[in-house]
This record gives sequence, structure tokens and C-alpha cells, in this order.
Amino acid sequence: MDASRKLLEALRENARTESENLARQLGMSQEEVEDGIATLEDEGIVRGYQAIVDWERTDQERAQAAVELNVTLDRETGYEEIAMRIARFPQVTDLRLVSGDFDFLMQVEADTVREISRFVSEKVAPVPEVTQTVTHFVMDTYKERGIELRDGHDDDRLSVSP
Amino acid sequence: MRRAERVERVGPSGIRRFFELAEEREDVISLGVGEPDFAAPWAAREAAIASLEAGRTSYTANRGLRELRDEIADHVTRYGFSYDPSEEVLVTTGVSEAVDVALRAFVDPGDLVAVAQPAYISYEPGVVFAGGEVLPVPTREEEAFTLTYDALERAGAGEASVLMLCYPNNPTGAVMDRGEIEEVARFAREHDLLVLSDEIYADLTYEGEHASIAACEGMRERTIVFNGFSKAYAMTGLRLGYALGPPSGIAAMNRVHQYAMLSAPTTAQYAALAALRDCGDDVREMVGAFDRRRHYMLARFSEMGLSCFEAKGAFYLFPEVPGDDDAFAEGLLEEQGVAVVPGSVFGEGGAGHLRVSYATGMASLREAADRIEAYLQGR
Repeated sequence: MDASRKLLEALRENARTESENLARQLGMSQEEVEDGIATLEDEGIVRGYQAIVDWERTDQERAQAAVELNVTLDRETGYEEIAMRIARFPQVTDLRLVSGDFDFLMQVEADTVREISRFVSEKVAPVPEVTQTVTHFVMDTYKERGIELRDGHDDDRLSVSP
Repeated sequence: MRRAERVERVGPSGIRRFFELAEEREDVISLGVGEPDFAAPWAAREAAIASLEAGRTSYTANRGLRELRDEIADHVTRYGFSYDPSEEVLVTTGVSEAVDVALRAFVDPGDLVAVAQPAYISYEPGVVFAGGEVLPVPTREEEAFTLTYDALERAGAGEASVLMLCYPNNPTGAVMDRGEIEEVARFAREHDLLVLSDEIYADLTYEGEHASIAACEGMRERTIVFNGFSKAYAMTGLRLGYALGPPSGIAAMNRVHQYAMLSAPTTAQYAALAALRDCGDDVREMVGAFDRRRHYMLARFSEMGLSCFEAKGAFYLFPEVPGDDDAFAEGLLEEQGVAVVPGSVFGEGGAGHLRVSYATGMASLREAADRIEAYLQGR
């Protein structure tokens, strides 16, 4: 496996690992790790770093929804143009063109369900190319980007074994 | 109660004492575990559940489910050999059972069994329970803990009838390349040895390709290969292994197996089938994680001035420690709450070392390395 792939996998596992420790894990020098990360960032391969938050454990209100979007295309407007217009709304956290019964799958976040409803009805639905929206409010989240949000069981292996 | 003499000859395992010491404390970070910290891949667990839901709770064929044997035979071609699933594959209750059954099938009372050491702790008792005598063949750090023609000769292994080896090795993490294994094969052919080759860590070979002695010229007919699902597929608790060998050898093992075990657990066999068919990516991911941890711990040992052989397989490191390894390990556990296993537990060649398993999460490894460093500085 090449060095940048190894670096990407390690960052995906824990982006906060210090370069010193990444270097030890990957058998690279600290300088190689730092240069490698800088290159990945410069080339736009690594686009950002975020915390995965279990909102249920906070006393903050946070509402999320998955919204299915159907659109119509014309000679001047393709998926890309429509997507870029919708993606710019700060409430939209993820936007993907998908196969199947609808065109785009959009993830939306706001402080309240009411805000999401208003956003979808007042901002997204009126976009001329959008022909239909179906909003699914998130009731609970069990896993996000590979991280389980409910506690697993502790390590119950024998403390010393053959 | 009167106990058989061969049971009396086998003392409690040296690991047991450390297990008990570790159990007494609450804040222990254990690097003493010989099993992955991952759960079995979900597809394998799901197949086990589905098999139970479908009511597949009967015995299987003694040799194992035919479709599993087919899949095993197909899977092992990657090691450069092929085995006929109808006559040359035996599914067992873990590699532990395969080793036990093989020793009972091939060792007569008084037979010498040469065991490359340091070795997995069950081989020696297995030989004793089978009525044989262990002939230790020490390997040395200067030779990267590989077994050599000279080491076999020095130990008088030509007198033995069976040679037992395990590469990638528990506890050293040593691997043997094709050239090195060819030398052992030459010795085995010249001295008419039957070879029992435990290759349970084959898929945990981080550098180069796994080289099996059974793939060497003229060795297939005198070798039994053991492998299983415990390590690469993180299925230790499902207890599923297998043996590969020529028809007469597998038939002999099956004769013991069919009376002792009847067949391996059915649920585990369905899990294993799914593991081979669908879990290649899970294995690659786990192996990648182990490799990163290996690099990390090697770097930490080097930084703290502990000389450590560069293990290229399994999930153990075998650093050299000052003074008596047993006392060092006990002190480390008492003072810093880090459990490791003293190398001398694994036989000749292991003294003065520790077996350190890195089959644990990076955060724990980091903390454990900090504590080992503090312990060394405080000595």
C-alpha cells in the first residue's frame, strides 16, 4: 500500500493522532507524515476534519433530517448546477446524487425540527428545478461515519492468554 | 484422587500465574493477550446466527461441512499448495484440537518430538499427553528466531520422529522466508521427519509472502499444516481450525477426532464459511491496524532503549529486557499495572525477553508504552 493511502486510512481512523505518533505507526519519519498531510490537504484530497458528535448526550437541541429530492433538468441546467445551488445552504451537511426513485439525497441539520421544515419548504422546494421533496426526520442515530454512538461492551478477554 | 502420571508431568502454565496476578488488580493494561481485540466480522457472526435460526444444530460430517472444506481447499491455494477437500482437509475445534489430535495420531510412547522454541505453550503438554518426549530446538535472536539446519543438527533433531514448528511465530513474531524454510525441509527429508506446521498466523504476515513448508519439494507427503479462524478472522471463541495433509495422515487424525470430538461445532462452521467467502476486506482492515500498532510499538521500544527483534508476523513483539524476564514482568505488573508474559514461559531461547501483544487499541498501547518507559526509568 502506498504511503498516502496508509496516511489516509490512519487519518480516517483518528484524524487527531499527532504526527509524531502517526510516524511511528506508519513507519515513516515525522517530516514525511507532515509533508504527506500537507500535500493531501493542498491537493484537496483531505477536505477537512470534524468531530463526530452524539447530540443525545448533550443538553443541546439538534434536529436532523434526510431529504429526498426530485428535480427536472433542461438544456441549460444539469445536476451539477442544481447541486451547487442547494449545497451552498449552510443547513445542508451532505448532498449526494443517487440512483433509484429520487435524484438527490440531502442531509440537513438545524436547531429545531421547525427550522428544518421551514428551510425545506421555503428555501429548497421553491428552487425552480425541484419537483418534489420528501423529508425524513432523524429520530435517533446509532452510527455515524463508521463510529457507533451507543456504548459497546468492555474488553472481556482474559487478561493474559496463550 | 489418583491422577495419571502424564498429567502430573505437566505443570500449570507459566501464563496462568500472570493471569492470576493481573486479575487481582483493576487498572491493568494487558499486553498479555494472544487474541485479536476485534470482534469477528459481522458477516461471520450473522451467518452463525442465521444457522441457529435455521435450526442447523446437528452434528456435521466428522471431517467438517463439505462446503466449508471446499472453501478451505480453495482458500489455501494462496500458500502455493492444493488439497483435496474430500480426503485431505479435516475441520477441527480450533487449531488446539488439530495439534492434539495430530500428536495422538502420529506419536507413539517414547517418540521424540522436536519442538522449535520459543514455542506456543500448548505444544509441550500436547506431546506429553500423547506419551512422547519433547526435544527442544532453541532458536536464537541472532538468527531472527528462525529455525535453521544447524540448530536442528545441534539439538539432535535427527533422532526425533516429528518436528513441530510455528511460523509466523507465537511468541516472537518471527517469520521464515522461502529460502529459510527450504533448509528446514531439507533436514526433514534427510532425517525422515514428519512435520507438524502450525500456520495459524499465516495471514498476519506483514512483510513478504507467507512461506509454508508443505509447499517445498517433497514435503507435502510428510507435512500436516494447521490453520484456522481464530487470529486473522478474530474468531477465537468460535473454536474453529483445520488440518491439511496427505490422505493417510488426515485419515489417521480423523480416527482420533471422530471419537474425541465427533465434529467441530456446526454454528462455528457456518460462521467460518461466511468468513472465507465474505470477510476478506475485514481481514485486510484488521491486518492493517495490527501493522500500524507493530510499527508504533517497535518505535517506542527503540526510543526507550529496549532492544527488540523486528517481528514481521503474528501480533507479538519480543523485546529483550535487563535481568530476569520473570522478575521484570512481575515488577512491571506490580508497579505500573502492565501485564506482559515473560519469554522464558515459552521455552529455551525465550529467557530474557517479554512477549508483548499489540492486539489492543492504540490508546491503550500508548499508555502501556508510557508506563513501560516509566518502569524502566525507575529501575
